[in-house]
Amino acid sequence: MAEPPSGGTGIEIRNLYKIFGANGAAYVDAVRAGMTKAELNRRHAHVLGLDDINISMPAGSIQVIMGLSGSGKSTLIRHVNRLIDPTFGQVLVGGQDVVAMSPDELRAFRRHQTAMVFQKFALLPHRTVLDNAVYGLEVQGAPRAEQRERAMRWIERVGLNGYEDRYPNQLSGGMQQRVGLARALTNDAPILLMDEAYSALDPLIRVDMQTVLLDLQKELRKTIVFITHDLDEALRLGDQIAILRDGRVIQQGTSQDIVLRPADDYVATFVREVNRGRVIRVDAVMGPPDASAPAGPQVAPETTLDAAVKQMVSNSVDAMSVVGADGRVIGRLDMPRAIAAMVTPAAGGG
Amino acid sequence: MDWLTSFPQMNDALLRDLKKTIDDGFRAFTRAYGDSIEAFFEPLRWFLVQSERFMTQTPWPIILILVALIAWAASRNWRVVAGAVGTLVLIGYFGMWEDTMRTISMIVVCTVLSIAVGIPLGIWMARSDRVRAFVNPILDVMQTMPSFVYLIPVVMLLGIGKVPGLIAVVIYALPPMIRLTDLGIRLVDRDVIEAADAFGASSWQKLWTVQLPLALPTIMTGVNQTIMMALAMVVIAAMIGVQGLGQPVLKAISNQYFTLGMFNGLAIVGIAVMFDRVSQAYGRRLQRHREVVHG
Ligand SMILES: Nc1ncnc2c1ncn2[C@@H]1O[C@H](COP(=O)(O)OP(=O)(O)OP(=O)(O)O)[C@@H](O)[C@H]1O
Ligand SMILES: [Mg+2]
Repeated sequence: MAEPPSGGTGIEIRNLYKIFGANGAAYVDAVRAGMTKAELNRRHAHVLGLDDINISMPAGSIQVIMGLSGSGKSTLIRHVNRLIDPTFGQVLVGGQDVVAMSPDELRAFRRHQTAMVFQKFALLPHRTVLDNAVYGLEVQGAPRAEQRERAMRWIERVGLNGYEDRYPNQLSGGMQQRVGLARALTNDAPILLMDEAYSALDPLIRVDMQTVLLDLQKELRKTIVFITHDLDEALRLGDQIAILRDGRVIQQGTSQDIVLRPADDYVATFVREVNRGRVIRVDAVMGPPDASAPAGPQVAPETTLDAAVKQMVSNSVDAMSVVGADGRVIGRLDMPRAIAAMVTPAAGGG
Repeated sequence: MDWLTSFPQMNDALLRDLKKTIDDGFRAFTRAYGDSIEAFFEPLRWFLVQSERFMTQTPWPIILILVALIAWAASRNWRVVAGAVGTLVLIGYFGMWEDTMRTISMIVVCTVLSIAVGIPLGIWMARSDRVRAFVNPILDVMQTMPSFVYLIPVVMLLGIGKVPGLIAVVIYALPPMIRLTDLGIRLVDRDVIEAADAFGASSWQKLWTVQLPLALPTIMTGVNQTIMMALAMVVIAAMIGVQGLGQPVLKAISNQYFTLGMFNGLAIVGIAVMFDRVSQAYGRRLQRHREVVHG
């Protein structure tokens, strides 16, 4: 396997179409001309999985994918390591076209560049927790002692210490999911594909596992594709968020974009229940600097509105200067602006 | 009205010629290749002779200890061990030790051969729908063709003796081994296969680390079936010269010795039950990971 080109292993998805059925390729043009998922299913008995997906995921960032059931999230993530072949389009990983890889190249790519956590766990039922966790390294042919040592580190980190000799059937759903997580992390690949990897976890462990991921990101800067139904999770983890509906990307951007400027009602319903004060950052809503007004206390641009308002209240002021890392004033946040952004807009707003 | 009551059949002379041509052709084939085919099966004959020699010449206490050890290794269950040893002791006490040893030797060789042929074929079938479509009808014929019929060409080619007997038994006992290997591999959960793919497993790695281990309980059922079917063939194999419990039964039929037939028949049942319990207990142990199911 050639070294990934400079810039690390970012993922570029271009004009990707997937049409399930015996003769999907025949209907790409019809879909491009505007045929909907329902129409395609009714008229030609083919299922539109993905419809002209274009996403660019920079190396070292976390890309969250959201969308209702059946919107194509699992289909999309499976294209990154080509568990599903596209009907049309390109998937470039680190500049290399995954679709064009030979079987040998694809195998090497999957072994060394990717690791995956599955929505339905997909553990090997005849293997113990430890033997599941080492699977990726075993396939790579790593020495047994190294396999065990690396796997044990992650088994411990996901909180399954003492369970390494149990079989998956003897564990609860949440524990099984963490085995899947340990198995993927043990592989230590630059790309992590996580299909609803946290969906079976209880809230406490879930937050803990989110922290694992964020810590991992601080040290190792992997490129992570993360599917979730939980908006709070998406906002906490995602550097970028893409929202799918019927196989199409409805909106993509940062958490600030999604929360402050939902593209349509579908996205708006997604973000309606979110605690905006804890998500929206000061720099997303601040006004221009105002030299004539009193300076007020200083606040960093990445502070959440929640924290900024608390600071204003405790200082008994109604405005603050937003100061960048270099010490320059880059904007000004006043109380009405902050409060307006924190209140959920009326239904249908956007 | 003659044509209504008797079926319009092929011209008698033509039919006679047809049968004669086929028979002559096969006879010519036998004369030409019989020796080389026999030579081809020589290693098999050697294997059979060695195994029979081992079973009949080893002192009986050692055989009993060996059987107990194997039963224990397979089942980890004292009742299964006691049952196996008890069955053999009883059979020996009633004077059938030597014939039983010959039959067991035959069954073991037949099972080993069926596994050696059946598992690779089953794997091949599981991987290719085309192979499956080709092999399946052959297996159907093997299972439904009366065994006396394929005894004829086997005897013509190889004469009377151990090897033709073994081949006849294997033809009859092999299909479940192949079928259940194929089935077991095809039944492996697609999600698990996908996970192996996602980690970049090659098709060999997938076979060894995922498909075969998960198919093993089904394959063990195949082994069990093969053993049972081989035992069912013991008497028919005796007709073409295979020694063991089948021959006294044949003698009993032609001379109307009821008790002799009964004793030997019961001995066959006894070893069938013994093989069955041991192999099933082993199959169950292979499924330990399925036992504790969490909701
Ligand atoms: N192998 C397949 N054959 C036919 N249709 C498929 C196949 N796999 C997926 N689909 C269809 O593609 C669409 C997207 O499915 P996908 O599994 O990607 O949804 P998802 O967003 O992951 O949903 P969920 O949140 O429930 O996991 C669905 O309409 C589904 O029926
Ligand atoms: Mg899914």
